[in-house]
Amino acid sequence: MIQTFAFYLFALLVIASGVFTITARNPVHSVLWLIMAFFNAAGLMVLVGAEFIAMLLVIVYVGAVAVLFLFVVMMLDIDFAEMRAGFIRNFPLGIAIAMVLLAELVLGIGAYQAGALELGVPDGSAAPLADASNITSIGALLYSKYIFLFETAGIILLVAMIGAIVLTHRESPEGARGHQDIGKQNRRRPEEATEMKNPEIGKGIEL
Amino acid sequence: MIGIEHYLVVSAILFVLGVLGIFLNRKNVIIILMAIELILLAVNIQLVAFSAFLNDLVGQIFAMFVLTVAAAEAAIGLAILVIYYRGRGTIAVDDVNQMKG
Repeated sequence: MIQTFAFYLFALLVIASGVFTITARNPVHSVLWLIMAFFNAAGLMVLVGAEFIAMLLVIVYVGAVAVLFLFVVMMLDIDFAEMRAGFIRNFPLGIAIAMVLLAELVLGIGAYQAGALELGVPDGSAAPLADASNITSIGALLYSKYIFLFETAGIILLVAMIGAIVLTHRESPEGARGHQDIGKQNRRRPEEATEMKNPEIGKGIEL
Repeated sequence: MIGIEHYLVVSAILFVLGVLGIFLNRKNVIIILMAIELILLAVNIQLVAFSAFLNDLVGQIFAMFVLTVAAAEAAIGLAILVIYYRGRGTIAVDDVNQMKG
C-alpha cells in the first residue's frame, strides 16, 4: 500500500516539476524545479532498490550540475522576458511534435505490455549478489567486468574539465597584474628566490 | 500494484516534456540545456526500472555512464554559453550561426 502511495507521489511530483521546469518565467525557478524533479526521480529509483544510482543522482545532479546551472543563470545578466518571445509562437509545433513522440512511446509500451519481444534473457552474470547491498553488488561488477568503461568515464570527465577550463580561461595581458608567465615560474630556482642568513645570537636580521 | 509499465509511462512523459521544453524555449539556451537534462533523467529512470525488472545490474551501471556524460555535457555546454555571452552580451540562439568561422 505504502509503495503504491510513494510511487504515485514521486511520479506526480516528478512530472509536475518537469512541467514547471520548462514553463517557468524565471530561469532561477526553472533550476529549482529541475532540482525538485531530480529529487523525486531519485525517490522513484530508491523504490526499486537502486539506492546507489539514486544517491548519485542527488549528489551529482543536485550538488553539482544544478548548482552550476544556477551559477551561470545568475552570472549572466540577461533580459529573460525578451527570451520568451517565441514561447507562444512555438507552442503549436512543440505540442504537435511532443504528441507524436508520446504516441510512439505509448505504442511501444502498449506493445510491450501485450507481450514483449524476447531479445534474450539476462544470463545471470550481472545479477545482484545474494545478501549484499545494492552498492556492494554494483561495486563488484563495476570494478571487475566494466573496469575499462569505468576508466573511460573518468577520461570523459577529465576531458570535459580541461575543455571547460580552456574555453573559459582568460589570460591577463603581459605586464598586467595577475599575468602568469609559466616559463618564468618554472625557471625560478631556490638560489635566486631565497637567501641564507646566519644571524649572531641576540641580534636580528635586516631584510 | 506497481509494475514496470508505470515506470515506463512516467519516463515517457518526462522524455516528452523534455522535448517540448526544447521547442517552447527555442531562444533560451539555458532552458534548452535543462530540458536535455530532463530527457537524460527520463532515460535513466527507464534504465534503472528495467534493471530492477530483469534483476540485472547492467542497467544501473549504464545509468551511471549516462550520468557521467550528462555532467560532462552540462559543464562544456555552460562553458560555451559563458564565452558566447562574453563575446556578444546575449545568449539568443537565433544568432548562434554567426559562430561559424
